[in-house]
Amino acid sequence: MWEMIDMCLAVPAKVLAIQDAVGKVEISGVTRDVSMMLLPEAKPGDFVLVHAGFAMQIVDERDADETDALLAEMHGAPRTVESLEETQRG
Amino acid sequence: MDKAVERKLAGELVNEIKRLAGRADRHLRFMEVCGTHTVSIFRAGIRQLLPENVELVSGPGCPVCVTPDDYMDKAITYALRADTIITTFGDMLKVPGSKSSLMEAKTQGADIRIVYSPMDSLNVARENPDKKVIFLAVGFETTAPTAAATVLAAKQAGLTNLYMLSAQKLVPPVMHALLNDPEVHVDGFLLPGHVSVITGTEPFQFLVDEYHMPGVVAGFEPIQILRALVRLMQQAVRGEARIENEYEDVVKPGGSPAAQRATDEVYEPADAGWRGIGIVPKSGLRMREKYAAFDIERLIPLDIPMGRNKPGCRCGEVLRGIVTPKECPLFAKACVPTHAIGPCMVSVEGVCAAWYKYGQGRFTYGK
Repeated sequence: MWEMIDMCLAVPAKVLAIQDAVGKVEISGVTRDVSMMLLPEAKPGDFVLVHAGFAMQIVDERDADETDALLAEMHGAPRTVESLEETQRG
Repeated sequence: MDKAVERKLAGELVNEIKRLAGRADRHLRFMEVCGTHTVSIFRAGIRQLLPENVELVSGPGCPVCVTPDDYMDKAITYALRADTIITTFGDMLKVPGSKSSLMEAKTQGADIRIVYSPMDSLNVARENPDKKVIFLAVGFETTAPTAAATVLAAKQAGLTNLYMLSAQKLVPPVMHALLNDPEVHVDGFLLPGHVSVITGTEPFQFLVDEYHMPGVVAGFEPIQILRALVRLMQQAVRGEARIENEYEDVVKPGGSPAAQRATDEVYEPADAGWRGIGIVPKSGLRMREKYAAFDIERLIPLDIPMGRNKPGCRCGEVLRGIVTPKECPLFAKACVPTHAIGPCMVSVEGVCAAWYKYGQGRFTYGK
């Protein structure tokens, strides 16, 4: 099945435990060890993005809200997303 | 989100794109530069949903596809040595070099092992102290830190028989090259989600500053891609250019500092060859002098000529979005997934493979 895994794909996983920079994570019901070397700030309970055996980023669960916000904007609500340029310069 | 809600939302997003397209008095062309985006777009049939004057085109976003023949030739040459073991992601096996592939080398007795993570190479190296274990470090900004971390772990563990054959590539420099290519026409970029997870969004700011070009970071669900397209359309219609982030739950403005540190510790930017595009300045990564002991090309240099494209194969033009796969004389005839001639058909993320898999008889692509 490993041949099916392409190199850019990253999947979300729940961190169950961490010991010596190795995390036990749950990906779609399967428990697997991943390296936490690139994400030292992650804690058990966090959702992380896993790529090529490494936890890469903590994922928050804001996505649904974002979609709702965009929908509202399409129906005439004022723009809620700040562009990066605005964020960086503001 | 359940399917019905998703479909309804997708419909609303498509309607918004159509409304904006009506306000644009010209043809708009947006490019994605990530193979996973390509697959997701084809899988969901997003190209067919778009109005006549809005076109999506795939760029050089598939790491396997942009890796030139001479890299594969090197990998095969190392693989056939009796004292080596190659560790690699599975999708490299069938990629053709100028004469053969790793798969063929394997049938000739080469020891090639598919790994899920570059870190798996550490165990292979430990268990085979009399062999040189070489990991094929191919990929973009997302994969580079995993290879770098593997080198750092090998150093820490005192392993002296683990090496990298590096062909890591960087996305922003190749976007530069595309925008300077008179044959390439785009009105905005769907920016790669997982590359941005590592780099953050700042490295894409040059699009705005130097080219007045909109760019929106997108996730991989069809809804996320449609959302990013709405954002691109809004900018294009108003003549604006901004970098926006439509994948904010995952992509932070500064990216991943630990991953950036790992890459920067082990690698430095260097000129790199891309299939169909040629040498692009500072678009690749080379191992720093400090880590030269882990670089197989420094230990055993090979003299391999630059790769040439297969006769008839238009992968190089497909990768720049200049032609669609159906304009290639080999596509779906001599070149099919089970017998691929070019890498764009080999990789599951390749444009030709996606076109073949999702296009056959179901849709008319490339209107």
